[in-house]
Amino acid sequence: MLRQVEGSRAVAETVARCRPDVVAAYPISPQTHIVEALSDLVAEGRAGRCEFLMVESEFGAMSACIGASAAGGRAYTATASQGLLFMAEALPNASGLRLPVVMTVANRALGAPINIWNDHSDAMSQRDAGWIQLFASSNQEAVDLHVQAFVVAESLHVPVMVNMDGFVLTHAMEGIDVPDQDEVDALLPPFRPLHVLDPDHPVTIGAMVGPEAFTEVKYLEARRQLRSLDAIQEVADRFHRVTGRRSGGLTSSYRLEDADVVLIGLGSLLGTAADVVDELRDEGLAVGLLGVTCFRPWPLDEIRDSLADASRVVVLNRALSVGFGTVLGADVRLTLAGSQVVVHDVVAGLGGRPVTRDLVRRLLVEAVRGELSDHQLTFADLDVDLAERELLGELVGPMDVEPEGVGR
Amino acid sequence: MTELKLYQVGTFAAGNRLLDASERTEQSDAGRTNSITSGHRACRGCGEALAARVVLDAAMRASDGRMVTVNATGCLEVFSTPYPESAWRVPWLHSLFGNAAAVASGVAASLRAQGRGDVRVVAQAGDGGTVDIGIGCLSGMFERNDDVLFVCYDNQGYMNTGVQRSGATPPAASTATTRPVGSRVGNAFGTGKSLPVIAMAHQIPYVATATVADLHDLERKVATAMSMHGSRYLHVLVPCPLGWGTSSSDTIRVARLAAESGLFPVFEAVDGEIDGVRRIRRQVPVEEYLRLQARFAHLFGDPGHPDVVERLQRQADRSIAHFGLLEGEQR
Repeated sequence: MLRQVEGSRAVAETVARCRPDVVAAYPISPQTHIVEALSDLVAEGRAGRCEFLMVESEFGAMSACIGASAAGGRAYTATASQGLLFMAEALPNASGLRLPVVMTVANRALGAPINIWNDHSDAMSQRDAGWIQLFASSNQEAVDLHVQAFVVAESLHVPVMVNMDGFVLTHAMEGIDVPDQDEVDALLPPFRPLHVLDPDHPVTIGAMVGPEAFTEVKYLEARRQLRSLDAIQEVADRFHRVTGRRSGGLTSSYRLEDADVVLIGLGSLLGTAADVVDELRDEGLAVGLLGVTCFRPWPLDEIRDSLADASRVVVLNRALSVGFGTVLGADVRLTLAGSQVVVHDVVAGLGGRPVTRDLVRRLLVEAVRGELSDHQLTFADLDVDLAERELLGELVGPMDVEPEGVGR
Repeated sequence: MTELKLYQVGTFAAGNRLLDASERTEQSDAGRTNSITSGHRACRGCGEALAARVVLDAAMRASDGRMVTVNATGCLEVFSTPYPESAWRVPWLHSLFGNAAAVASGVAASLRAQGRGDVRVVAQAGDGGTVDIGIGCLSGMFERNDDVLFVCYDNQGYMNTGVQRSGATPPAASTATTRPVGSRVGNAFGTGKSLPVIAMAHQIPYVATATVADLHDLERKVATAMSMHGSRYLHVLVPCPLGWGTSSSDTIRVARLAAESGLFPVFEAVDGEIDGVRRIRRQVPVEEYLRLQARFAHLFGDPGHPDVVERLQRQADRSIAHFGLLEGEQR
């Protein structure tokens, strides 16, 4: 049933219906509304016997989730930005120990300069932590992905990070259908841990492994990650059968048929981009949109197939790999290696700068006309005057020429 | 044949058949749980291995075997679990270096939520994982009064990584990062960092210190801690033959001298107030304690640093006065 509700509140209600045993969290904008709501839901007895641990740091939050999960409980936390980095040491630990913790990341920029607004630098900095990373394009999808995340995590014993854009989604009020308890229960069986701390069956969890077996542990982890691509799609299909809603999966394609120019991105900018694609299709331009829902593991075959017929791909990413390009761009370039598809790597929307319809429209039109820069990296929404004023302050001599490979 | 000398060691030893059976230690019981079995890779004379065995067997007895453990990274974790071996016969979880307290809090909360609250949680860490990198999580656990017994095995340095200085390393001690070279006389005199006193400031139900020189006292404190709920903290001095430069046969002796010199006060506290101290019958000059250890050898060379020894003696005297450690004196 559709209900006007804030994205954070809807996610909190969904998580409560997933019957977690332990929620451990430390407040950080823009995640706060999620954990505030969960704190109330737990205190009101609307999250079963869940224990809410208000810990002293994000490092403590992830650590408590690790303990809770190893003790056989369903564990959840939420964070953002600096908080995610503060728990970074514990992320590969959770995945390495095969503990299916679920975490919401209310995506936010990384400082310095300190900035509380949305981009994807936080999650993408933890790309290689061994977590499955899902990105929500809307609040409805954010809600749905949380149910799917617990199912995927616990069936594969791999932790899952659900990314939703800070403020843009977390603080937006809109009509959202929060899955009811019966729907969640139909999808999510009680947690059966792989190994559990139990006095009746003592096990050692977290032993030291040297060169003689470490590679094999990592091989099995890599194999599981890649095989989880199937599971993620299957869970999305089951979710569809139970709720009637298409959410999640690996990618979402929009008007890709016969598309000559395809924009690829993730997160909430996909909604804006879909509107622009409609406009341009009306004007006769053969453009389409590919959304990445599952960023890790990377659905390489699916994305290569989706882009195979395009002549140009515009990667639009809110995360920068400083000194190279966008984080998403690197994956797309690798995926299309050897093909004739031209890749335009575009960064925009950093630190909360809105990705507007005008911006997306300009990028797509320029790409169709062959006018979009094919530099290594394009800053699409740079305030050139501001940047040049700052640059002048930095330079001792006359203004440098633009370094090769970086456009704007 | 080496000539064997037999001594009567009184109440300090684990198995004293002169004692009434009810007063004997868990270690003297052939049916003890053997929480950490032989065959692990600790150094000969390791104080930490001894303390961990005593603490966990006592905790197992107190909890009737309904117990799980969380271990910080460090010597204890490394020597006990080289894959595919494990020396643990209790449920055991190792996550990271600085998070044992938070992991244990999560375990306790999870057990409660699952209706398994009868299972007790014991966390273990060395001094690095407690007083330095682990102090944030530990303070959080104390402040929330989570139902965990946290045990610090204090060997006064980062022994697992090659004997570097920690926040628990005593002044003047030589470590790999505080060698007595140039004008430096070992570790600097700081202000000190007594984690037991910091724990008491959180007013948690129970705080105690102990050494491996008195296993009866150590076991009794574990039993006391396990009889309570909420956050409890036990700080055990565990000499490290490698890091202290002591003979492996001197582990117990040097631990006893640490207590009897007053440098390591043995006490317990309930709800943040001192509730009892282990009295010293005869105060031992710090020199007697220091001379056994190569990490203090530079204090006694020629010309040596008598002024530094004197400063350490004053520190011991202050500790004795502060905690009222001498028999016949009141605090």
